Amino acid sequence: MLPTVVVGGYLGAGKTTLVNRVLRGAAGRRIAVVVNDFGEIGIDADLIESRDGDVLNLAGGCVCCAVGSDLVAGLMALPARISPPDVVLIETSGVALPGAVARAVRLVPGLDADGIVVVADAETIRARADDRWVGDTVRQQLAEADLLVLNKTDLIAPDALDALHAWLAEAAPRAVRLDAVEADVPPDAVIGSVHDGVIGAVDGSVDGAVDGAVDGAVDGAVDGAVDGAGLASGPGARRGTRLGAARPHRSRGPARLAPPRPAAADYETRLVAPAGPIDPQALARALADPTLGLLRAKGVVRDAEGVAWVVQVVGMRVRVTPAVPGTPAADPVLPSRLVLIGRRGALDAEAIHAATGLRPLVHAAAGLRPLDMPQD
Amino acid sequence: MTHTAGRTVVYAARRIHTMDPARPQATHVAVRDGRVLGVGTPESLRGWGPFDLDERFVHRVLLPGFVEGHSHVGEGTYWRYVYCGFFDRTDPDGRVWPGARSIEAVVARLREAHAGLADPKAPLFGWGLDPLYFGSRRMTRHDLDAVSPERPIGIVHASGHITNASTAALALAGYMRTDHDHPGIPLDDARLPMGELRGPEAMMPVLLGLGVDRAALSGDEVGLRAFARLAVRTGTTTATDLATPIPDDAIESLLRVTGEDSFPLRVVPAMHVRGYTPKGAVERAIGLRARSSDRLRLGRVKAHADGSIQGFTARMRWPGYHNGAPQGMWYIEPETLRALFALGLEHGIQIHTHTNGDAAIDLAIESMASALRAHPSPDHRFVLQHCQLADSAQLRRMKALGLCANFFANHHFYWGDAHHDQTVGPDRAERMNPCRSAQDIGVAYTIHSDAPVTPLGPLHVAWCAVNRRTASGRLLGAHERIPVADALRAITLAAAWTLHLDGEIGSIECGKRADFAVLEDDPLEVAPEALKDVGVWGTVQDGRLFPASGA
Repeated sequence: MLPTVVVGGYLGAGKTTLVNRVLRGAAGRRIAVVVNDFGEIGIDADLIESRDGDVLNLAGGCVCCAVGSDLVAGLMALPARISPPDVVLIETSGVALPGAVARAVRLVPGLDADGIVVVADAETIRARADDRWVGDTVRQQLAEADLLVLNKTDLIAPDALDALHAWLAEAAPRAVRLDAVEADVPPDAVIGSVHDGVIGAVDGSVDGAVDGAVDGAVDGAVDGAVDGAGLASGPGARRGTRLGAARPHRSRGPARLAPPRPAAADYETRLVAPAGPIDPQALARALADPTLGLLRAKGVVRDAEGVAWVVQVVGMRVRVTPAVPGTPAADPVLPSRLVLIGRRGALDAEAIHAATGLRPLVHAAAGLRPLDMPQD
Repeated sequence: MTHTAGRTVVYAARRIHTMDPARPQATHVAVRDGRVLGVGTPESLRGWGPFDLDERFVHRVLLPGFVEGHSHVGEGTYWRYVYCGFFDRTDPDGRVWPGARSIEAVVARLREAHAGLADPKAPLFGWGLDPLYFGSRRMTRHDLDAVSPERPIGIVHASGHITNASTAALALAGYMRTDHDHPGIPLDDARLPMGELRGPEAMMPVLLGLGVDRAALSGDEVGLRAFARLAVRTGTTTATDLATPIPDDAIESLLRVTGEDSFPLRVVPAMHVRGYTPKGAVERAIGLRARSSDRLRLGRVKAHADGSIQGFTARMRWPGYHNGAPQGMWYIEPETLRALFALGLEHGIQIHTHTNGDAAIDLAIESMASALRAHPSPDHRFVLQHCQLADSAQLRRMKALGLCANFFANHHFYWGDAHHDQTVGPDRAERMNPCRSAQDIGVAYTIHSDAPVTPLGPLHVAWCAVNRRTASGRLLGAHERIPVADALRAITLAAAWTLHLDGEIGSIECGKRADFAVLEDDPLEVAPEALKDVGVWGTVQDGRLFPASGA
């Protein structure tokens, strides 16, 4: 099943900026951007290599194409227009309800919805949510978000940002929230880790991509300076989760002194495994606990009967499906394993171990850094 | 079909209703080069020189050719599939298909079609189903499996928003699984789809499996010709295709077919804005306009503000839907709509806007008002299509701004009972499609069928606006009824006005195109209740004769 991520949010929130950001962080993955919008195709010019009919060929083997008024028909026609990508990213119109788009994705054979990312403009979101025309639409978009990219946080004062988070904790109760400037968030938070391929949870097609992709991504994670931002306390921690900011969010200084760094440096990816057979539903629910600091988790685990299950967690949304026979996920030789993505410093290793029993797994081929778990 | 090029033919008729206030009625009309030379008596027309007197209409009544302001050419295409509707309906060849009045009757009709298909796996597609009239029983996949367990079978409902599918059709789409969590896919006790698919998204994989995509239904060359035959049978000489993507590679074929001597219809397509920026849409419409011909009028744009009332996707003001259904959907961002209106005004491109719910009508009115402040354009003729739930205050604003309305009068008959009981409740159902209020307030309005949602047939639409009877016989909003004469004006001159074509068509007067609806009776003499039953001989279009018997 091809993981398909829905990017929603109102006009001007920064959806296209986010898409360009993810394309630049593709790290070897072939992303198919599907635009279901009235707007112009906003792919940055330097990413476009050629045009093939109405398909744009982008750097790194990515593509971008528009689908018309019939999203489902457009998605079904995709295999005839492009070669199979590793992940599909749907950029919706400003009034689309991303939950409905994700449900529509599940109707298309071969596609699986893999999270709803909603981009909100920190400066205007409150006004939008009270707008006479689109207020209810915007509120529903927020309510459906698994990952909320709170964009343009540099345009509002710190106090206002805190108040906004308190409001969003109610308005977007299912979402993990990421502060951003110019939609600068870790691409892996949006489209999943390159290491998803290592676990073979998707299908065979990703394996090739992993070889070239892992190094760069892990290097970036290791080299990046550790950001002190952690989980927010207060109302935000009870419903929904706030995960750090491009600047330390507790700062009350008049201006940020340090130049912005790529957000990709501020997250980390960990490969873990259960000690033995495990209830996949219980594991998924445990991983969806916002206090663990996870953005995404994906993997394959076996239950007491030896049945392999694919576990996917995006923010607080979980999806547990039986591994499809014949795919690497169902390969009886491969051990249970999961990839966790979280913000650097926010992934709470002890808490994760206590809640799930997951232990670090060293995957030599991928060169992954094991989660620093207590050894018991 | 006969040519009158170069010579003058005077048609004698029992009566001619001209829609020209200077001469509302006459007995003779002179035609030359496809246009009306004059209207009057043989004596008054003699000054134009020698003419041939044609008396074939001497017992018939001529009206301006009917103008359908909101239809889809795709109705012609639907007729190659099996008609499964509840009401009798006439196909392009004049065959009357009796309504299928029970699930059993629908199954029997499909079984007949099934027997005629050699390939046992070939898909079978029906349309026009309206289970509203079958009581509480819902059609399931097992009903259709009874036609044939192995043939993929689907039926799209009259509303276009729901499809029923057989097990084989569901399997073809990969739907025969137990992990559905889509509100548009109701499940049976075994957690398998029960066979009804609600909403375009849930329907689409099944329709594609049946080989029926939107392009296939939007009207190819064969479908266009079939639609034109329907037009002749209903007295229609100009019809819109509202809206269509108008792909570049279709334009040549559209120009060729509509340009044929035997093609009896003026087609007015509007380009669908979806997939374009406002600027891109207006630029393309300007390019298309330049390619127009006499019988293919390009260069209009259509946008959707919201969805449909019976599909519960129309945007409603307080108190929303009568049965408590959640609020409907926007189909476009207000900012995008405003930008489109402003650019349309700036470049003289007419925009038609689909609005059903009263909130969508509010949005259109306010957006048009702001666009008009920026680009004052006295003759813009923005049209609110459907405009079903407009209240009087909205109509007064529309009058002030010069907006036109095209009301969906057929809704009274086909869904009036459902609107009364379920969707909007009695108060608003009784004022839906407020023709009389629009007329009293002075809003330019026409009425339409939205074919194939309801059958193409301007006289039927007029009957709906005049009588406001639902299918069950209920009188729905007596105060919004209009007199027959006004309904006839709505389907001729007023419809032409909404298309900027009232200088050419819509009335029978000197200089205008010789487009006539040729009727067997005088619609102003029959009882208003019988308006829909007035016989149609056929049409005269651009001076060419098109008897329905030859269509």
